[in-house]
Amino acid sequence: MASSVLFDAPGPRTRARHRLYTAISSVILAAIAGLVIWQLWRKDQFAYTYWEPFVTPDIVELLVKGLGKTLLAAVVAIAGALVWGVVFGVAKLSEHRVLRWPAWTVVEFFRAVPLLMLIISTWFFIGPEPGPHAYWALVIGLVLYNGAVFAEIFRAGINAVDRGQSEAAYALGMRKTMVMRLILIPQAIKIMLPAFISQTIVALKDTSLGYAILAPGLTYEGKIIFGTFRNTIQTALVIAAIYILVNLLLSWLATKAQRRFAGEHKLDIVGGVVQSQPAGGAAGARGL
Amino acid sequence: MQVLIDNADILFRAFGLTLLLVVVVSILSLVFGTVLAAMRVGPIGVLNKAGALYVTIFRNNPLLVLLLLVVFGLPKLGVQMSYFNMNVLALTLYTSPFVCEALRAGVNSIPIGQAEAARSIGLTFSQSMTAVVLPQSFRAVVPPLASVLIAMVKNTSLVSIFGLLDATARMKGLLNDHPSQLWWIFGGIALGYVIIVEAISLGAALLERRWRVA
Repeated sequence: MASSVLFDAPGPRTRARHRLYTAISSVILAAIAGLVIWQLWRKDQFAYTYWEPFVTPDIVELLVKGLGKTLLAAVVAIAGALVWGVVFGVAKLSEHRVLRWPAWTVVEFFRAVPLLMLIISTWFFIGPEPGPHAYWALVIGLVLYNGAVFAEIFRAGINAVDRGQSEAAYALGMRKTMVMRLILIPQAIKIMLPAFISQTIVALKDTSLGYAILAPGLTYEGKIIFGTFRNTIQTALVIAAIYILVNLLLSWLATKAQRRFAGEHKLDIVGGVVQSQPAGGAAGARGL
Repeated sequence: MQVLIDNADILFRAFGLTLLLVVVVSILSLVFGTVLAAMRVGPIGVLNKAGALYVTIFRNNPLLVLLLLVVFGLPKLGVQMSYFNMNVLALTLYTSPFVCEALRAGVNSIPIGQAEAARSIGLTFSQSMTAVVLPQSFRAVVPPLASVLIAMVKNTSLVSIFGLLDATARMKGLLNDHPSQLWWIFGGIALGYVIIVEAISLGAALLERRWRVA
């Protein structure tokens, strides 16, 4: 903006021009919004009968239950994917080719295949029936896909830790597992956190794919609602609002958690060595 | 195996549709994503806010719900479009904010000293953009843009729920007709997607190498 290094500070003529642009773009944006609202109104989409379901207690309850199932699916899937991701992430970092190559192939494969394909195939594999089968197919698909992504995040996080850290640990006589457990993972977690959080939001959005195989959840309840009341636009808007709110809440919590646990202070060389060493050393000694 | 050979022509046409979607949506969302990025970094406050709002809403909303809104909603509003166009529209609306963020991240990754140096030797705004900042940001933009494109390739599979016969839709049909051939069908169609995704990764790696400063 005005403070950008690329511009000079705007003079009176530029400011006047910016005001003109502001006016023009405001008119255009208002016209677009107005057109959408006018068209919705003209086609009677604001009619109370279309919106009534969302103030009817039974249907609200249906949506809340759907949201609960969706969130449960997301939590179970992310927990499973974390295990999957750590196992394959470590395998990808292994010094042994026998472990590294298969892990690399599996991770690359599941990252390249569309999630919807994984979900549908899993569903046919465990028996294509709606209900619990579909629900588990959704969860397993999410685990396979997000696990592969987590493996990559985990590997990149470990690799991003300064080499000197592991070299120093080996020099102190630590074994591979100890270096990983005491030196690399605690530091890597801080580095991985942002990528992990954005992937969690992706996973949460992807729970909507349960729609394709009639897995219980928010989008499935939505399908039932707009199948009954013929109010697709309204139902989709409500579901979109729910997803957006949940995701924004999750991002907000994640940012807070990140500040709390990873700290805003960057680990610079002096601060890192002088301040962290005694604490880390003590913890290490207790670990022994 | 036999089921893949018997249905080869159907599968090739299905992947042709997937590829067509990928090409059309890439071009459209690159254009729209660039417009969004320009809105977000430009000096006009209203456009900044509108761009930020758009990005927040469309990045946090599942593509499936957006497709529901576009494919089932537009006809109710009297907008008549083919299924292909509606799916392309939804995919573009969804992919553009990710393109916008990738571009912004790319431009932001250039050290500010570069821009300061360009300005201090007397280059104008457009000169420092075209001669110093943008050439460097192309390179920085390649990896995040490649991830966005790869995600989009996989997202095209959702059109199978909304009336288009792409590779995923054909897979579902084949699994229905030949349940015993599950592994062959899954493997064959997965291979197709893997090839498309790896082609994009390879292209990105080549571009990155070509634009690398020695």
